[in-house]
Amino acid sequence: MSDRTEGIREIARKWLGDGTVEAVVGWEQGTYKDKTSPVLIRTPEEADRLLFNERCTNNLMTYLKREPVRGMEKVGIVAKGCDIKALIGLLQESQVEREKVKVIAVTCPGVKKDDGTVPVKCRACDVNTPTFYDEIVGEKVDSSPEPGARFEGLEALDAMTPAERFRFWRGELDKCIRCYACRQVCPLCICSRCIAEKNQPQWVETSPHPRGNFSWNLVRAYHLAGRCVECEACETACPVNIPLMLLNRAMARTVKGAFDYEAGKDPETQPPLRAFNLDDDNSFIL
Amino acid sequence: MEESHGTEAGTERVDQETTATSWEPRIVAFICNWCTYTGADLAGTSRMKYPPYVRVIKIPCTGRFDPLFMIKAFERGADGVLVSGCHPGDCHYTAGNYNARRKYTVFKDLLATLGIDMDRVRFSWISASEGGKWVDTIKHFTEVIRGKGPFREYREMIDVG
Repeated sequence: MSDRTEGIREIARKWLGDGTVEAVVGWEQGTYKDKTSPVLIRTPEEADRLLFNERCTNNLMTYLKREPVRGMEKVGIVAKGCDIKALIGLLQESQVEREKVKVIAVTCPGVKKDDGTVPVKCRACDVNTPTFYDEIVGEKVDSSPEPGARFEGLEALDAMTPAERFRFWRGELDKCIRCYACRQVCPLCICSRCIAEKNQPQWVETSPHPRGNFSWNLVRAYHLAGRCVECEACETACPVNIPLMLLNRAMARTVKGAFDYEAGKDPETQPPLRAFNLDDDNSFIL
Repeated sequence: MEESHGTEAGTERVDQETTATSWEPRIVAFICNWCTYTGADLAGTSRMKYPPYVRVIKIPCTGRFDPLFMIKAFERGADGVLVSGCHPGDCHYTAGNYNARRKYTVFKDLLATLGIDMDRVRFSWISASEGGKWVDTIKHFTEVIRGKGPFREYREMIDVG
């Protein structure tokens, strides 16, 4: 992994030195040994703080949606293949300009969660070696997505009756404290004013009551349908461990089945809910 | 609609909502201004009869429909929700219903994943000339919801605390 760290530092130093970018968003050593933190590097001298290791789980693309990175003319960003999917989503929706963002891609053999386990996204990864970038560091890593890994959690859910599922989600969503960490950390939750903050009329109740928790978590998943790139940032950020990725992956499965679309693949395509086909499935409409 | 006319029927309905023994389905229908609303109007002017338990909310187009409308309806005690608009190709705004159909496709699966009984949710296309189809749809849906009973799971959730 250290050659990747060196590669990132070298490119960052060069870009910051010749003014290609105003700043580079990357990872640095965190407070604890096994953690990394996102960092904004503004001078070539600081570039030595950047690193890459198996604890670089954060999807840094989320910084593109907020200040100060959002206001910058040119910004460099270090990204794994899965993070680049989020950039592709943002490009599709004209949220960032391609010219503005310079990507330092790292090939990635997979990251680890805080508890040391391998996340589903890494087991199902098909972008270990990124294909969309300005510079790339690290040796090529071949992808071998584990068959079925992506949707494995959904099988148990599918096997339940609607009433059982409702009870299951009641139990999970009752835990929600409405901190909106899932929203803040999501690279694709881009509304400057979220539906949850609108109060005339108030569609989503703001108190952490099961009633509002249900609508909030439902609308969050719905607004990400066909857009979520499954970076797992929301689930990782959730302080009460709601299995948010179950909802996101259920939506991804639906979108794949109904519209043969996968988010974060091709910047030239339209997200499925921005388009339609005359021969879309009509069987469920009476 | 004759069945529901007059104060007597109105008073009766309040009782139905407050006492468990005389429960009647509470259905909310989000229907488009141009087709289904006009179709429902036709049913009325043609003096067709259908169960009075549907509350109609007019929207400009099914493209205006937002899944939160449905959630709000359930939050406020609906037992079933119907969304209905113009047939494909007939949209007053050309493509509102096509966009709506994509939204339904995604949203119905999300509801199912969350454990909402999909028998309580219904989508239909009813044109301005299909007063009869409106009547049949409401009759059938009312029977389905009557068979299912009140949406207890959801009501327990909204009434907690």
